[in-house]
Amino acid sequence: MTVTLGKDLVGLEFLSADQLRLILDTAEPFKEVSERPIKKVPALRGKTIVNLFFEPSTRTRISFEFAEKRLSADTVNVAVSGSSVSKGETLVDTAKNLEAMRIDMVVIRHGASGAAQFLGNRIRSNVINAGDGKHEHPTQGLLDMLTIRDKLGKIEGVNVCLVGDILHSRVARSNLWGLTKLGARVAVCGPRSLLPRGIEQLGVRVFGRIEEAIEWADVLNVLRLQLERMEKGFIPSLREYYRVFGVTMERLERAPRALTIMHPGPMNRGVEIDSRVADGPHSVILDQVTNGVAVRMAVLYLLAGGRPELADAAKGGVE
Amino acid sequence: MTRPLLLRGGRVIDPGRHLDRVADVLVTDGKIAGVEPGLTAPEGAEVRDVRGLVVAPGLVDVHVHLREPGNEDEETVATGARAAAAGGFTAVCAMPNTDPVTDNQAAVGFIVRQSVRAGLSRVYPIGAVSVGQKGEQLAEFGEMVGAGAVAVSDDGRPVVSGHLMRTALEYARTFDIPVADHCEEPTLAAGGAMHEGLVSTRLGLKGIPAAAEEIMVARDLLLAELTGGHVHLCHMSTRGSVELIRHAKARGVRVSAEVTPHHLCLTDAACEGYDTHAKMNPPLREAEDVAALRRGLKDGTIDCIASDHAPHAYDEKEAAFDDAPFGIVGLETAFGVAHTELVVGGVLTLPELLARMSAIPAGLFHLPGGSLGPGTVADLCVLDLNAPWVVRSTAFHSKSRNTPFVNRELVGRAVLTIVAGRVVHEHENVTAR
Repeated sequence: MTVTLGKDLVGLEFLSADQLRLILDTAEPFKEVSERPIKKVPALRGKTIVNLFFEPSTRTRISFEFAEKRLSADTVNVAVSGSSVSKGETLVDTAKNLEAMRIDMVVIRHGASGAAQFLGNRIRSNVINAGDGKHEHPTQGLLDMLTIRDKLGKIEGVNVCLVGDILHSRVARSNLWGLTKLGARVAVCGPRSLLPRGIEQLGVRVFGRIEEAIEWADVLNVLRLQLERMEKGFIPSLREYYRVFGVTMERLERAPRALTIMHPGPMNRGVEIDSRVADGPHSVILDQVTNGVAVRMAVLYLLAGGRPELADAAKGGVE
Repeated sequence: MTRPLLLRGGRVIDPGRHLDRVADVLVTDGKIAGVEPGLTAPEGAEVRDVRGLVVAPGLVDVHVHLREPGNEDEETVATGARAAAAGGFTAVCAMPNTDPVTDNQAAVGFIVRQSVRAGLSRVYPIGAVSVGQKGEQLAEFGEMVGAGAVAVSDDGRPVVSGHLMRTALEYARTFDIPVADHCEEPTLAAGGAMHEGLVSTRLGLKGIPAAAEEIMVARDLLLAELTGGHVHLCHMSTRGSVELIRHAKARGVRVSAEVTPHHLCLTDAACEGYDTHAKMNPPLREAEDVAALRRGLKDGTIDCIASDHAPHAYDEKEAAFDDAPFGIVGLETAFGVAHTELVVGGVLTLPELLARMSAIPAGLFHLPGGSLGPGTVADLCVLDLNAPWVVRSTAFHSKSRNTPFVNRELVGRAVLTIVAGRVVHEHENVTAR
């Protein structure tokens, strides 16, 4: 039986293990494209893709744009800085307008959870979620998984701990779904005020202390802590956060084994992560960025109807 | 002068008088003239055969939003009264969160006039607790009651200030009206879009914890105890609230409480897929809450059912979940949902349900109706409990269509609604036998 992805990629929660493996495996041949002197293959020639960003984003947007361009798609970037009141109207009208322009794919980033699904349910074009509110960021989850697989040779049986603000993190949710489906053991660690209700029931362990998490984990995925969390009263101060939950060299040195260190970026050095850790030998933070382009190429290719067994041939240039 | 009306051969249920028998009901001069088998039709009377149907006091809903003045594109007093009639309601109480707020005698009088002009189901205004519903200065309860208000409420938002709530409960005693409170601790509920639980965690939506309601329920109960005032707690949604009210009633606190049909049968799982028709405030909770609300309604801890009919324009709900407004329409599905879930579902007997949708709410808000006693106003409904029907929002008389019950098959609907002896709604395809 052939595994396909369906029309949209809105999250990893409802993908099967086979679908996740399909994306990761399809990303492998695309990695090499970015290493060539001429970084372009014709797989999506003639396809039009809109990158629709309702929230500011630098690296995700650039990563998608590189992925699209390296597949030879025609791309348009739309940055909408809608006020929160008009967001809903803008979204539905934007969807209809895009549909009217007969585009093939939309990559959407939006501040409201469910926005990607909302769009996907209303237009015929493929929709890829580039982060919706506090819900999911599926391509980030996928690139994290690819990076773990590269580094440790497997995902099954690996202990991965997500550290920090789980409550507001779409990256955490996508990691959680994707990793558990492929057999990793997932834990979260952070102040209780930044952990969502019922998180244990989703099959994850909860560590209240970073020392315990470090002792247990093979991989730490350190999430960005936003300054706003302090202003909204979730934590007393960034200084105290670093002292209690910061991933520091001293703490890692006490671990029974070397940990792989990940971060979805952008980093707050000295808040959630020690610079020496981020720049250290076990950090794969820049590998994540590199893999991001390959994973996004794979997702775009598969949603556009590309056949996984031809991914290798497609990159070869079948003009 | 309306013609006398004889409803012949229905199952007559008058819950206030524990009456449940096959009988004729005679209405003359807008009043109930008699309930007995084998009544003779007076000269010129209209006779209707209602065999196989149920004749009951007209349903009473103490919590609706009719959006007039201010949002007449969503609902008006007239279209709301029409929807009420279609749902078997002969009286509804309109919340004051209009634009401008119904917080003075002129505004209250406007609602009364619009209701009289519509000439359908009765619409009773509820006045605001505070001027502009700002939670600062008491509105003029006395003048509003003089103009026709039957209760006060800042519904749509809670009365945040404990002092204001205390004063409102004390001051309302003079006029013997309930203070209806929307229980929500605002700092806990801020920014929330649904119940805080496993589903909100998965969907990445900010939750409203059960404690946000229960803290205010507890406060209101203590203030009602302190003041001796009558507090009416709107749309209860959590098992903790039911428990708090049960204890307060045991202590003799003057409290009454309502629950909506949707909180009696839906859970937060309805929000899956970001369905904005499942977005309401208070939010849909968990199965344990639904079970506790049903038990509370059965044992009298929760006094009555109210729809919290909240019309919204279709394009407002056509939005991301966070951006959509709270609330659903309910007048035209309330009886069908409640009957299907509670009576067919084996929670309440039919007379128990009818009491909680007519006699009891009428009594709490001191409204005429809710009874078929001789000499009382002839507000009644005839219900068909035989034929299942499917909810089609396009068939609603309300101006709005925002309901999660579309395509649901229900058993039980009003086929005839009579206000002061006059037919205000009649449904075709009556399955009388």
